[in-house]
Parts: sequence; structure tokens; C-alpha cells
Amino acid sequence: MEFPSELKYTKEHEWVRVEGDTAVVGITEFAQSELGDLVFVDLPAVGKAVTQHGTMCVVESTKAASDVYSPLSGTVKEVNESLKDDPGLINNTPYTDGWIVKLSAFSAAEVAALLSADDYKKLLGK
Amino acid sequence: MQRTPLYEEHLKLGGRMVEFAGWEMPVQYSGVVAEHVAVRQEVGIFDVSHMGEIWVTGPDARSALEYLTCNKISSLYDGKAQYSALLNEKGGVVDDIIVYRFSAERFLLCVNASNADADFAWLLKHNKTSAVITNVSAEFGQIAIQGPKAAKLLELFVDPSEVAKLKYFHFHEAEILGAHVIVARTGYTGEDGFELFLPTAKTAEMWRAILDKGASLGVKPCGLGARDSLRLEAAYPLHGHELGEEISALESGLGWIVKLDRGEFLGQEALAKQKEAGAPRALVGFVLDEAGIARQGDLVAEAGKPETVIGAVTSGTKTPTVNVSLGMALVDSKYSAVDKPVSLVVRGRAISGHIVKLPFYRKPA
Repeated sequence: MEFPSELKYTKEHEWVRVEGDTAVVGITEFAQSELGDLVFVDLPAVGKAVTQHGTMCVVESTKAASDVYSPLSGTVKEVNESLKDDPGLINNTPYTDGWIVKLSAFSAAEVAALLSADDYKKLLGK
Repeated sequence: MQRTPLYEEHLKLGGRMVEFAGWEMPVQYSGVVAEHVAVRQEVGIFDVSHMGEIWVTGPDARSALEYLTCNKISSLYDGKAQYSALLNEKGGVVDDIIVYRFSAERFLLCVNASNADADFAWLLKHNKTSAVITNVSAEFGQIAIQGPKAAKLLELFVDPSEVAKLKYFHFHEAEILGAHVIVARTGYTGEDGFELFLPTAKTAEMWRAILDKGASLGVKPCGLGARDSLRLEAAYPLHGHELGEEISALESGLGWIVKLDRGEFLGQEALAKQKEAGAPRALVGFVLDEAGIARQGDLVAEAGKPETVIGAVTSGTKTPTVNVSLGMALVDSKYSAVDKPVSLVVRGRAISGHIVKLPFYRKPA
């Protein structure tokens, strides 16, 4: 399993990639593998304020719905519209085309406190 | 937690093991979608060894089952299987079962895993005859072979003329790989298929042989995830979802197996009255007209009036074959007409949908 070193991670299995004043958020390869084939993503509304560790959106397999928690407090700036037609992007390319939301107005301190790839791998025992 | 004789095989195949009805079972191997599609297009096999088996035997076996089950035992003949149910006095469903007639004095009941012990106790408690009732669940493993190529796969082990003779809901006994096997043309996926009852000790060998010899047919091991999405498309009810002791057999759409017009049986009186008065609730199919998935327990409301609750979802998902968000729900009968618009309340938000005719999927003729 891949856990790119340039990303930050949470123990709830989300990843964050900071691009200037935007934080791109998705779920890790481990998370998608545990969830199985996703068939629906209940995306948040653009403009919604999210809080760190609060529910950001819901991803659903044929079997169950699972919460995705926001790794940071901030505002939803953009959602990945492609997931509406193809939620499997999260399964196939969790770190690239399978991104879920882009956040703005987040704090650099919160980002700095997230797990590194090595910390996250340790947490998974890998 | 209990394990089936195929536990080690599941681990070897990379099955993801989960708890189901007190059993450690594979929810998937390669992925629910691929497994679901394999059964619709080619052939898949399932470990259903967790299902329970109960013998009812003796000169009174027939009269015992006439009283204990709701379908018409007298319409069975040797080698014929029948979908039926055990009902309580209120007409609620204790369990749905398949009854196999081996002879006038020998019947095998196949019951749900989660209910096997309770069904056995229930049968003993309500049996008023001298029929002998034995729980032999531990003696049997079960493998389901399902899909348009299921017959081709079975023909690798059984003479093709025997396979051709075996019609839907019939069974015969065969010798396969030196084991005595009951081969039934039944299933829970909406496809053609077979369920093999095997001696526990022979189940793993058979499983490996099917995967090995069936590789040329594209056979895939399939888990509980695909089993659930397949049965939902075919609108087969599942105990704990569409069926339960507090839902009458008529409400849950089992009216077709309740044969009221015959000798006394459990639940008969209550259901005769309910049939006369009309069942208060009905099991319906629905599809969503907006994005979302409604799941068990989500409320069904009048269209555009989320505060006017008319029922609740019993099962729901977005399935790979039909590729729409669908489900079944138990609703007030007044609102059960096909095409009726409804609202599904999912995480506090009303999503519009409408009632449709069941099933969602029917295998091509």
C-alpha cells in the first residue's frame, strides 16, 4: 500500500495535501480498501463550515455508510464533482483523482500537528 | 464465533472476514461489485455452510409439517423442494425456510444461520405429533453455485443429463468426489443455480475442486456483500430486514406461500382475519429519483412532507447491475401503489423517490 510522504494523515484515515491556501482532502488507500467498492459519496455543500474531527461527508459501499471526518477546521471551497458519477475514483486513485473536498480558511498549526506518512504507517502497523 | 468448514479456504483466498449471525464469514474477496457482476454474467460460488439443517422424520413427519409450516406440504413429492415459513400465532415470520421432501416420512428443512437453534427449539415446542425432529446443522457444509454458467460448472462434476433433468426447486442425491451430496436447483441471487449440501468433512475439498475445475468458466468466490446486493435486486426477503416476528407474512409479501385454505397451521387464524380485513402494512420496492442511498431504518414519508411518516426502509443500497439507488420498505398499505411518489429521510434530509414493482432484476429468459 502507498502512503505518499508529501501528504499529512489523520488516525481516522484521511489525508491532506496543502496547495497554497487550499487543503485538498481525501481518504487513504488503507481506508478505501477497508470500505470496499464505493457506490455513492454524499458530498458537503460548497461554503459549508467544517470543524476538525467533525463529519465532513459520508461515503457508501453497497453494504454500509461511513462518515469521513474533516482533518482540519475550515470552509469547503470545492467538492470533487467527478465522484457523483464515479465514486470508484476513491478506490482506484485515492490520492489523485479520488480527492473529495478542498478546504480554505484552515490553520497552519492544525496542519503541522497532523501525522506524517511514517507516523501513519506506524499507526497501521505497516 | 463459529467457523464453517471453509474458513481456511477463505483466508487463503484473501477473503475479508466479518461477524455475521455469530459466524465468521467472508464479506468479500476481490470486491463486492466484481463478485456481483460475476454472478450476473458468469458464475460465482458462495459458502453458505452457516445455514442450518433440520430433519423431520417418521410416519408423522408430514402432519407435523402441515401444522408447523405455512405452505402446502401435501403438494410436495419426492425430490421436490418448497419455499415456506415458520409463523407465530400472530402470523409473524419466525423464519423463512426451504423444505425438501426425500420421502413421505423424511423431510429436510434448510433454515437461516441466525435462527437455526431458535427454529429447532420452536419446532420441538410446537410439534404435537410423534415426528422426530433433529438439528443436524453441524453435519452439513453448503456451497451455492450461482449464475448463468452454473449448470455448465455443475456438469464438470455431475452427468449433464442429470443436470438437465434437475428443474428449479427440485433436488437429487449424487456421488461427487466420493461424497454423498444433495444437489438442489435453488438459490438466493435471482440467477439459475444450485445449492450443494455436503458432509462437513468433504466441503473444503469440493470448494477447491469447483474453483480449480471451474476456472475455465471464470468462476469467482463471492462473499456476503454480493449475496446481499444480489438478493436485494431479486427482491428476496431477508430475515431481520423484510421478515420478522412483528411483521405478518402477508405484510412482508409472503402471501403466495401462505395456503390458508387447508387444515390447521400456526398463524392461520390470524392471517385469515388479516386477509379479510386487509393487511395494515405492505412491503414495497422503491427507487430514488435524487442522489443518495436509503438504508434499513430510514423513514419513508409522504412525498414532500417529511414529517408525515408512512413507513421505514427494510433494505437499501445502490446495486451494480441495475445501477440505481433502490430498496424495499414496509409502508402503510394506503401508500403502497406502484408509481406513488414518496420521500426517504436520509440523515435528516428528504430525498424524493417513488414506489416500483418488485423485483428490480429478473434474469433474462
